Amino acid sequence: MSSDSNQTSVPTTRLRRLRLIVWGVVPVALVVVAVLWLRPSVATSGAVTQRADPGSPNFQLGGPFTLTGADGKPFSSAKLAGQPYVMFFGFTHCPDVCPNTLARLVRLRQQLNKGETPFQIVFVTVDPERDNPQAVGSYAKLFNSPIIGLTGTRAQIDQVAKQHAIYEAKVPDASAPDGYTMDHGAAALLFGRDGKFVATIAQEEGDDAALAKLKRITA
Amino acid sequence: MHRRSLALLALMPTLFGAAPGPAGIVVSGWARPTVAGQSSGAAYLVVRNFGPGADTLVGVASPVAGMAGVHRSQIVGGVSRMRPADGIAIAAGKKLTMAPGGYHVMLMGLKAPLKLGSTLPLTVRFTHAGQRQLRLPIQMSPPQ
Repeated sequence: MSSDSNQTSVPTTRLRRLRLIVWGVVPVALVVVAVLWLRPSVATSGAVTQRADPGSPNFQLGGPFTLTGADGKPFSSAKLAGQPYVMFFGFTHCPDVCPNTLARLVRLRQQLNKGETPFQIVFVTVDPERDNPQAVGSYAKLFNSPIIGLTGTRAQIDQVAKQHAIYEAKVPDASAPDGYTMDHGAAALLFGRDGKFVATIAQEEGDDAALAKLKRITA
Repeated sequence: MHRRSLALLALMPTLFGAAPGPAGIVVSGWARPTVAGQSSGAAYLVVRNFGPGADTLVGVASPVAGMAGVHRSQIVGGVSRMRPADGIAIAAGKKLTMAPGGYHVMLMGLKAPLKLGSTLPLTVRFTHAGQRQLRLPIQMSPPQ
């Protein structure tokens, strides 16, 4: 009798266990499928950390990054969440185009008349060998208006420049400090509150067009 | 009184950062302020050639900078480039206007920050007109 009841109870506990396993696995599998389906670029590239190259059909300009702030601490793009921002790449030994661009962004920000920082201005150096956190910090202070100065390792800067489709190259120049200068993409990149890329402001673009775009990201 | 006003007149060009000379080259300009720790700065010159012949800007120097030179910024295909620009010729009766985003005097190895409201001592050399000693006003934007 006892053996009989044992024979019937063993399959039911096995079945119960199997049922538990199945119901545990199904939601996990569903989540995995959903993630892969919602992020086709990541799924097809096969690498989670590497984003698509500029020029590839899957390329999305921008995305999360971590660099180093003027205080020497890591600066994650998560700190910009919920705020529109304008990103500009340059270097502190650049005495002309870079300060012109930053001064212009500050002026346009004031012309928006929406308070001190309706959008953040983010300055990323393409010359991290010379521009340490202190250098980008003091450079950002030049404009008497809040600017976030960022640096990082060469690898970090290259990665962030690449994900923003910003060209950068070290060019020998005997008449420049340390014997070189930097060529760099000169457009300012505009991002909305959701961190999504919206538009660029080119150097040669007029103030009216630039202001219209800045109004869009701060609306 | 007469002599004093004459002396004042003679001082005027220095006061306004312009330096006329016998060869008919008149130089004025402005410099952008810098902050502590910033080693490079920029100044922008306006060179008028009232002389009978062409002249060439061949060099710049400043006691507040370790090195100074004329550079040119250009946006080429959306990329910002800066290259040395040695020997800019200014034809007779013509004017060279340096401005942000183009020709500028690059000041390198600044020994002290260029303070807003103060002046930048600068020497500009020309092939024919020789040297001009200037004190350029330090300001945020070009003079109106």
